[in-house]
Amino acid sequence: MAKYQNLIEELAPRKFSRLGVVWTIALIVITMIGAAAYIDQVIKGQVVTNMRDYVLWGVYISNFVFFVAISFVGSLTAAVLRLTNSSWRTPLVRIAEIIAFAAITMAGITIILDMGRPDRLYNLFIHARLQSPITWDVIIITTYLVISALILYIPLLPDLALLKKHYQDKPKLSRIYAWFAINWNGSPAQKALQSKSIQMVAILIIPVALILQTVDAWLFSTTYRIGWDSTNFGPYFIAGAFVVGIGGLIAVTYVLRKVYSLENFITDMHFDRLGKILVFACLIYLYFNINEYLLPAFTAPKAEQAHLEEMFTGHYAPLFWFVTIGGLIVPIIVLLFKKGRKPVPMFIIAVLVVVTSWWKRYIIVVPALLHPFLPIQGVPESWHSYFPSLHEWAIVSGTLAMALLIITILVRYVPIIPIQRTMEEQGLTEANENDKKS
Amino acid sequence: MKEDDKDLPQENSSRRNFLRLGLLAGGAAAVTGLSMSALAKEDDAPTGEKVKVLTTDGKLVEVDSAHLKESPGCGKHAHSGKQIREGIPNRKFAMVVDLSRCKNALKCQDSCNKNHYITGDNAWLKVYNMQEEKDTAPYWMPMMCQHCDEPACVTVCPVDATFKRKDGIVLIDNERCIGCRFCMAACPYGTRVFNWSEPKQEFEMAVEDVKANYTPEHAGMPSQMGTVDKCDFCPHMIDMGEMPHCVSACPNDVFLFGDIYEDTVTNGSGQSFRLSKLLEDKAGYRLLEELGTKPSVYYLPPVNRTDAYEDGLENYDEFKSVHKPE
Repeated sequence: MAKYQNLIEELAPRKFSRLGVVWTIALIVITMIGAAAYIDQVIKGQVVTNMRDYVLWGVYISNFVFFVAISFVGSLTAAVLRLTNSSWRTPLVRIAEIIAFAAITMAGITIILDMGRPDRLYNLFIHARLQSPITWDVIIITTYLVISALILYIPLLPDLALLKKHYQDKPKLSRIYAWFAINWNGSPAQKALQSKSIQMVAILIIPVALILQTVDAWLFSTTYRIGWDSTNFGPYFIAGAFVVGIGGLIAVTYVLRKVYSLENFITDMHFDRLGKILVFACLIYLYFNINEYLLPAFTAPKAEQAHLEEMFTGHYAPLFWFVTIGGLIVPIIVLLFKKGRKPVPMFIIAVLVVVTSWWKRYIIVVPALLHPFLPIQGVPESWHSYFPSLHEWAIVSGTLAMALLIITILVRYVPIIPIQRTMEEQGLTEANENDKKS
Repeated sequence: MKEDDKDLPQENSSRRNFLRLGLLAGGAAAVTGLSMSALAKEDDAPTGEKVKVLTTDGKLVEVDSAHLKESPGCGKHAHSGKQIREGIPNRKFAMVVDLSRCKNALKCQDSCNKNHYITGDNAWLKVYNMQEEKDTAPYWMPMMCQHCDEPACVTVCPVDATFKRKDGIVLIDNERCIGCRFCMAACPYGTRVFNWSEPKQEFEMAVEDVKANYTPEHAGMPSQMGTVDKCDFCPHMIDMGEMPHCVSACPNDVFLFGDIYEDTVTNGSGQSFRLSKLLEDKAGYRLLEELGTKPSVYYLPPVNRTDAYEDGLENYDEFKSVHKPE
């Protein structure tokens, strides 16, 4: 009765099924198409996009904001759940950390896609000026990237050591795990060091994550633009990130549970609790949305009035109401009911939340650029509006596919549910397993 | 106010005179003072040719042309690489746009486009067809970089590619710009343009020479793909003692260009005015003053207009500001 072995079998990364292989290949193909479109953009210039002098930022920036946002709760939840020692977190934290790591990596890449001169990226370092919000962004994104990598990696050490042993019949794979496990042997000294490190990183990531979202909001609110120049923007972005992060976590968790048959580990209880967190996040976000859109409607000067009308009843109304109702109202209503917090409805709501959150960033970035203080004149008629070009869609799809690819690869080689921790919770250790044998 | 400055502009003051006057800025105060000898002890013998110069306190005096000395920082070859970012010492450039005289002749735009080799679809100088409300009068408003004293674009630039000099001019170093377009997002006047594709510019000299001689002081020579361009206030013209292209091209004297420290602006016909008096008399204002950007460009309201607004409609094209050879 090797319960210990069974658990490892059950939780160790597994080879993909045929579906998994097709999924991975599809992601690689989409990523390659995006890369090809990007190379074309570098050669021809950003004339291949539909951005122009008035709509000077488009879907690249909104997609960047989306990645930054989704990276938030992945690790913040993980950190908070770790610090509050909520034991139900065990099967969820690593998924959250993987999402966060993939998203922040992609955020770093997507911001480069928007640069007119990516060949001069080094100027950001050699000529950096501290007063520019972009410099703040460069600093905070790299910091967050490192911390997300650490909060994913440090708790992983015991599992990597376990897998090194587990794959002894596959020397190559075993050696890779051994390399990453950096001689982990589970000694009390190592464990003490590890738990101290986790504690430190978990505390550190909370302010860094909050600053990241805030700096991201400040990229917009440090300008004079109507629709961006808002003191509400920092908390508004944090709340929005909370929503999309939890949404992403639920969606990915549901798929992994289904694919790997993890129903014993990720139970309905987990979905129920995630649902409660999501409805809480949505309510906070609703509050900031009211502050951002409804309150200004009372005292808005002319130009701001025009911007708000564009949202409520004008050109962007369908999209605005889609993201507001689909991304906020519907999730709140559905998730308030216990039946709504079952895995299947939760999955549908989570996907809806992620999709509307993506469009939400689009509607934050684009319409504000179409209302400059002075009229738009003397430029071709097509410059008066914006919708992404084929190149932009290809590149953005490429980044989304690449994010999923990073998640997929990590899921393929890293145990998504911490094995060691689950064992401890179930009172299984290698030692008492050996005792039984002898 | 002194007796002799109230009837500016002087009949005889040619543009050349004004420009010399600019060159003399540093020395002019001394001329009115006691230290005439300080100038005279230089080795130039007096030529007898008298030149009128305006002093910093608004007095018009005559000096011998031999005593005219260029103040440091002026002149064609006075600029090293460092000074490009410093600007011309003791100068603070300003422009006045007299809306009462503008009839959308667009000569300013044509000249700007030509001399900056603009090949994109968005000119750096545009004449807006303005009307605040249905029941208020429409007017024409030339619009270019406002060369703000508190430039929002400069604040947000992450790499110091766009910078403000001590002489008030805001420039872009196209060899440093990374093309993030944050400056364009930050500029409330929307005067910055981006090179979305490789500019198809044609120069009189070989392109390699143009590239080798690139300086932020002559924007558009050459423009670079993936970087931001805008009105540069023509430091390359100021250096040669000339007016910016738009000022000299305007047939209606809409533009006046000059120096805040000297409190003098001069129009394309060479007539000089006291800046402070002009702004006071004609109720000059700056665009979006409430934002606190402190532009160096002042506007005089479109009252007592020399031409009917309708005359400008002929030249007006809502969707075009750069005319390219077909």
